[in-house]
Amino acid sequence: MSSALHASENVGLSVSHLVIKYGDITAVDHVSFTAQAGRVTVILGPNGAGKTSTIEACEGFLAPTAGSVQVLGLDPFLQRKQLNRQMGIMLQEGGIYPSARVAELVRQYCALYGNGVDADVLISRVGLQSVASTTYRRLSGGEKQRLSLALALAARPHIIFLDEPTSGIDVNGRDLVRSIIRELRDAGCCVIVATHELDEAERIADDVLIFHRGNVVASGTLEELRSGREEIRFRSTSRIDLHSLSTTLGLPVEQTRLHEFTVAGTSDARVIVQLTDWAKANNVDIGDIGAGSQRLDDVFRRLTAESAS
Amino acid sequence: MKLLRIQLACELRVLARNGEQLLLILGIPMLLLSFFSNVDILPTSGQSSVNFLLPGIVALAIMSTAMVSLGIATGFERSYQVLKRLGATPLGVPRLVLAKALSVLVVELVQVMLLIGLAQVFGADLGALNIASLVLAIALGTLAFAGVGLSLAGRLRGEINLAAQNALYLVLLLIGGIVFPLQELPSWLHWVGRISPSGALADVMRDVFSGTSVHGASSLVVLLCWAVAAQLSAFNLFRWN
Repeated sequence: MSSALHASENVGLSVSHLVIKYGDITAVDHVSFTAQAGRVTVILGPNGAGKTSTIEACEGFLAPTAGSVQVLGLDPFLQRKQLNRQMGIMLQEGGIYPSARVAELVRQYCALYGNGVDADVLISRVGLQSVASTTYRRLSGGEKQRLSLALALAARPHIIFLDEPTSGIDVNGRDLVRSIIRELRDAGCCVIVATHELDEAERIADDVLIFHRGNVVASGTLEELRSGREEIRFRSTSRIDLHSLSTTLGLPVEQTRLHEFTVAGTSDARVIVQLTDWAKANNVDIGDIGAGSQRLDDVFRRLTAESAS
Repeated sequence: MKLLRIQLACELRVLARNGEQLLLILGIPMLLLSFFSNVDILPTSGQSSVNFLLPGIVALAIMSTAMVSLGIATGFERSYQVLKRLGATPLGVPRLVLAKALSVLVVELVQVMLLIGLAQVFGADLGALNIASLVLAIALGTLAFAGVGLSLAGRLRGEINLAAQNALYLVLLLIGGIVFPLQELPSWLHWVGRISPSGALADVMRDVFSGTSVHGASSLVVLLCWAVAAQLSAFNLFRWN
């Protein structure tokens, strides 16, 4: 499936009919999309969906089997040298000498990029002052992620690729990463984030691409993806006869998680009244009733299920 | 030039923090030279122990730096994706390779100076040493062993590469005539040793340090062949990711 998020001249990344194969296995199958400067584009998908392969082709690590990629107007595979100066990269894991110290690494990367980023300011921006003289191998998972982010920021990037940037990070660390992502976006950087964490995507995304089995199954802003997908959500610890409730309401009802249920296709207050009446009549305890747009995880589950079928 | 200098400093700093590598490139050669120069148990064909040992130990030092140390470090950097990450900075791949080559040469310079200094303390006679030939022998040995080390590092997983490099180091140490003359080996193994890169380098080093041509051009040709073949192998086999 082909998609274009926004038609604009301010395109930071343009992917056109990208195909990536590993032997007989097709990891990415004719994917097309664009991402704009000054926006956060989140690539969502389960493991093996083709997110990392697509990002690696954009970073110039993988040559496409077919199709083309343009990053800041450059071919990342053939014009790597020009691109490296203005592109920040945060790998999913690793990429750092285990015996190197935090401050040394940040200084080394700031010097390699030579874009005027002050290493000490950068270390304190990512909250690593207290471990500045600690070796990489002794850092916690969250500190490693923040260091990797700092090395990407050393480029003073016009485009930045962040692969699972909040993986293994605690709550405060996540807030910090989100605030840095917002700063980058506001400064006009094209921010590309690959993640399988739907909550995270919901918090940071301007635009979303949903990958499944090597294809883009949906794309658009969060609002666009959720629009027209109203639902009523409620909790119950009782045993619920879904068929009976669905027949009463005239709408599909499904259990989404343990003790959590949704009535799809409406947020009408009259249906909520029907729901509570049915619960009372059937001696079923329900609570936490809410109505509104479908959550991103429900959109994601529906789209990937549709794609699989 | 600035980027190269930054990366070279980083390579040397990482090496200096690695205790195992320091033991391999400095500890073992200096220990072998010190011990066997002072404990007269080796058959040395009439030479003083230190005069016999020094060329072989210099060959061992070149092998440990260019093959084992470079190979193990590069293998782990590949596994940890350090090469991949650095390749995406303005440093680029050519400067990264050059920084690694220069770091090997710096270490070899330190090794040779320390080993020669130590040998002199033990009474070595260096009157016939030809510096130009020594530089040529080191260059060919470095190309040969770096090629072998990077061929393994470029394909094997970090831990398997570590084991393979150490095993190869031990085999080449034993069959290369480094701490005892090749003539002491069974005849078939003697010839395997002669055509091995460690045997060829040890023979060339003996001629260089003694100012003679006992082994003729054959050892030099064998070493040259290893240098070319190993570099071609590394070029074809090495994978960055």
